[in-house]
Amino acid sequence: MPAPPDDIGAVARRGHYTIFLGMAAGVGKTYRMLQEGHAELEAGRDVVVGLLETHGREGTAAVAEGLPVVPRRRVAYRDNLLEEMDLPGVLVRAPEVCLVDELAHTNAPGVEHVKRYEDIEDLRAAGIDVLSTVNVQHLESLNDQVAELSGVRVRETVPDSILNWADEVVLIDLSPETLLDRLRAGKIYPPQRIEASLNGFFRIENLAALREVALRQVAAEVEAKRLTTEFVGTREESMASETGQAVGERLLALVEPYAGSQRLVRRAWRSSQRLGAELDLLWVAPPGRAPSEEQERALGALRQLASALGSTLLVESGDDVATTVAEVARRRGTTYIQLGRSRPARGPARLRIPLPQRLMEALPGVDVRIVADRSNRHERTP
Amino acid sequence: MSTLIAAALVVIAIVAGAAGGWQARGHRRRPAALPSREGGRRILLPFAGMSISRRALEAAVRLAIAEDATIMPAYLARVPRTLPLDVALPQQCLRAMPLLEAIEQRAANKGVRVDSRIGRGRTYRDALRSVLDAEHVDRVIVSATSDSRTGLDAGDLHWLLEKVPAEVLILRPDPDDRRAVTAGSVSGHF
Repeated sequence: MPAPPDDIGAVARRGHYTIFLGMAAGVGKTYRMLQEGHAELEAGRDVVVGLLETHGREGTAAVAEGLPVVPRRRVAYRDNLLEEMDLPGVLVRAPEVCLVDELAHTNAPGVEHVKRYEDIEDLRAAGIDVLSTVNVQHLESLNDQVAELSGVRVRETVPDSILNWADEVVLIDLSPETLLDRLRAGKIYPPQRIEASLNGFFRIENLAALREVALRQVAAEVEAKRLTTEFVGTREESMASETGQAVGERLLALVEPYAGSQRLVRRAWRSSQRLGAELDLLWVAPPGRAPSEEQERALGALRQLASALGSTLLVESGDDVATTVAEVARRRGTTYIQLGRSRPARGPARLRIPLPQRLMEALPGVDVRIVADRSNRHERTP
Repeated sequence: MSTLIAAALVVIAIVAGAAGGWQARGHRRRPAALPSREGGRRILLPFAGMSISRRALEAAVRLAIAEDATIMPAYLARVPRTLPLDVALPQQCLRAMPLLEAIEQRAANKGVRVDSRIGRGRTYRDALRSVLDAEHVDRVIVSATSDSRTGLDAGDLHWLLEKVPAEVLILRPDPDDRRAVTAGSVSGHF
């Protein structure tokens, strides 16, 4: 039986989603989320706290006062009782706005979803507006970068697309110096943790770099949404197309095991940085022929380079380069191919269709770029 | 008769040409500028940080020209102890890639072959050791520095002299010479 029109209207409206993004713990994401909650409450809306982590911070607990809370539920796991957001409880309570702290959290086994951000999707599907928080190091694509900067690998990650799902991403910015002052004043961690934090994660160079990462991320997010809205149309249409068009690039660079390929890899990596794309490197090896000692060494160097860049070196055996590249490109979801300049063809080979053209024919919709050999350009004095 | 022989030769030539073309089908992307000899002597040029001494690079280029050698610039990357050694290093690569490009452009302008490396380790010395373990080099050129944050310090140089089976050329720091190759030296867009 069809639902009454009012119900259709209620279910069809997805909840508005706001994420407060910060560079590190203590910048004030949760505080700001709670302030927004109060503002909504004062505006006459039905607001609840679905989940709040105060981490023992008195200031945060104080600002939470006055906001209705849906009590956490207890989940038995092995010999422990873990506390999680009561998703069914919030859905039954059906508020207009729900505050959910720390969206990267992994739920205890046995509840509805593995990750808290999936709980949030259920809330939004029920038409509940959600305010939530996350730190930049939890974003999957930035995990390596932040780990390198800070020396700390965050285990709880969320897909970057989380930011695309959000209607609003609000950056909570703070200068590293101010954050360190807060830490020293005991506003972030208890006294026994302050010294270790100052010597570990909370070093000023770490915080400065993390701040830059957070600022860049939000800038990229704004740009991606602008592009998507311009090209696709409305916000809903943008979401329907998974927003990936502006940010989901994947680049494939064709390499060969010799020293000169490194230059192509560097250029490809630079392009991938500009596009915000993942980078794959591919060597199509002639079948039935083992690499020479020189090629093995060059392959080793390419592997090292790929690993440092966070890209993947693929070696595929194939008789025909274009066919093999096309297969790999389809498999990897490549949107962009880079290759070096070919050696001028001689003899009957002149009659063959050049590789770039064959790739363009085999892979409609995939950009093909030939990288110039800049080795002979005039040098510039710095 | 001679016409028949000539015709047969033409047919054989066409068939041989076509067979050659078929054999080479699909594997023709190797650039024209491929160096004729990639083996031979190798000069390692390790560096770290945001720049490399111009003197060290110029010395390496001069020697490479004289010895028909390949320069192997190696960026030494430090990996925090809390992370696995094979972790991706996007932040350091942001510094290293333009520098390697700048070095390669300068060397290529002088007709010198370049084969770059990235060495990873817990310290610069570790990173250098990883490069030396994987590669045979005939010569190592380093610029001495008193600041261990920017590269190999005195202890590392001592280690290098003692442990590495290659000629080691250590350039004395010249207080008046602050010339360096930086990421800004890259010619053209990179």
